[in-house]
Amino acid sequence: MGKTFAEKVLARKAGKEVVAGEIVEVQPDVAMSHDNTAAIAKTFYSIGVDKVFNPDMHVVILDHCVPAANEKFAQNHKEAREFVAKQGIKHFYDIHRGICHQVLPEEGFALPGELIVGSDSHSTTYGAFGAFATGIGRSEMAVIFATGKIWLRVPETMRVVITGTLPEGISAKDVILYIIGKVTADGALYKAVEFTGPTVQGMSIASRMVLTNMAVEMGAKIGYVEPDDKTLAWLEGRARRPFQVVRSDPDAAMEEMVFDVSNLEPMVACPHAVDNVKPVREVKGVKVDQVFFGSCTNGRLEDFAEVVSVLRGKRIHPRTRMVVIPASQQVLKEALAAGYIAELVEAGAVIVNPGCGPCMGNHEGIMAPGEVTLSTSNRNFKGRFGCKEAEIYLASPRTAAATALTGTITDFRDLM
Amino acid sequence: MSTIRGRAWKYGDDVNTDVIFPGKYTYTVTDPAEMATVAMEDLDPRFAKEVKPGDVVVGGKNFGCGSSREQAAFCLKYAGVGAVIAKSFSRLYFRNCINAGLPVIQCPEAVEAIEDGQTVEIDLTAGRVLVGSHSFSFPPLPPEVIGIFEAGGLIPFTRKRLGIE
Ligand code: SF4
Repeated sequence: MGKTFAEKVLARKAGKEVVAGEIVEVQPDVAMSHDNTAAIAKTFYSIGVDKVFNPDMHVVILDHCVPAANEKFAQNHKEAREFVAKQGIKHFYDIHRGICHQVLPEEGFALPGELIVGSDSHSTTYGAFGAFATGIGRSEMAVIFATGKIWLRVPETMRVVITGTLPEGISAKDVILYIIGKVTADGALYKAVEFTGPTVQGMSIASRMVLTNMAVEMGAKIGYVEPDDKTLAWLEGRARRPFQVVRSDPDAAMEEMVFDVSNLEPMVACPHAVDNVKPVREVKGVKVDQVFFGSCTNGRLEDFAEVVSVLRGKRIHPRTRMVVIPASQQVLKEALAAGYIAELVEAGAVIVNPGCGPCMGNHEGIMAPGEVTLSTSNRNFKGRFGCKEAEIYLASPRTAAATALTGTITDFRDLM
Repeated sequence: MSTIRGRAWKYGDDVNTDVIFPGKYTYTVTDPAEMATVAMEDLDPRFAKEVKPGDVVVGGKNFGCGSSREQAAFCLKYAGVGAVIAKSFSRLYFRNCINAGLPVIQCPEAVEAIEDGQTVEIDLTAGRVLVGSHSFSFPPLPPEVIGIFEAGGLIPFTRKRLGIE
């Protein structure tokens, strides 16, 4: 019987053969933490250790509330900076750089076959590059700072095969929302989800990141796309070190689900669950107060191209506001060079610096009770945008742009 | 410690970490006593006011889905919760409970039987949940992680392991 990707990576790290279900203690190749580094540092010191085990394996990125919204956040950032300086953590990116899940790959830390853990649930994103990448808790990260190690259960694997040519304007976001709606929020609980099939092969790296980013929304431990020429080309000049591509054996044991997306429509996740997914046409006309275009799911250059293709030369609906946040400084630079930012400003959008913004309710677009947001991010739980009496719909960048134009949830095909 | 007895606070499927411990507090509410006062704020405002030591939180499938934030486990512990029982848990929530030293029990049959407000008794050593006259058994934690739980959580466990007293 062949081995799965997950078994192979964890076997290499554990230094022995492993099978799904087993628990192993391993040393990650990369450990990422963000604004929560300050809290993790406190827990780290509470263990009674004063030197970080291996400063070079850590990447610290401030992104969750940047620049600091108030004194508490400022103090938090200050403590994170003091910790990285004192511990000699050289892979540190301050508030200008962007969202952790975008910056870590851009900086060449997301490598095929490597084991990456992050104290953030969307760390599954790095699987788009063929890494075994998963989220962990703060205490666990504190212990990695102290000992370099963590326990992980070797996950079972579920292969999600996506076939068919996507209709015009339908994106990876529509695909993953559709799949989550079918698989449901716990359908891939504890599992390694491998996204495969011709549709995935045809997708850009940015689009594949949308799939792995949201794999956690169906309960997955990791999301994975097998590296191909596109992946290798993307990593060229970015990869920090040589790597080895790891893939599942053809005869490895795994369950399989097949989705044909040739007739897919624009999809939307309705309040207050990510698996409450419907075609956009079923909720058409719902009044929207704010459109949020950004986040680690959909804040990349190709998303800007999509949004601008809809908004170009037009004005956002006067009753609706639109907050735009590029996923990283690099995306911002590229969007500026392409003229997208100027076009969005002309259309009436509010441009905010790279970071998480309102995505988890910290700042830059918090909702008021009774208001409705349509967002390109990945979670619509109650309170997520800082207000438990607000409603959040999740959709693709193109749907977000169409909705911003009309002020109501809109099927972009009606504007074409 | 091995027997837990208290009122059941029963909730549905897919209870996410944003309603157990709101995201907006993750950098601003850090004191244990204060964390206890916002526990379940966006799900059940009565909970934090009325919860008593030893009470048991009962959830459906995929309890604790969403964010990796371990405050969602710690805030229940600080609120005095004796154990969390669910049909299934999100993987991060399950880990975070073990790391917090909060008993985490997967037992779909017990969840079906328990009614909100009922008194529930849990025998951790025997692996049994008592609901009225019914008894349900649940599987023990994997041996690799039981040490963490028994030490009271990941931090005390690590301290012990590193020989720090
Ligand atoms: S953009 Fe949103 S989902 Fe992504 S890391 Fe930031 S807060 Fe989390």
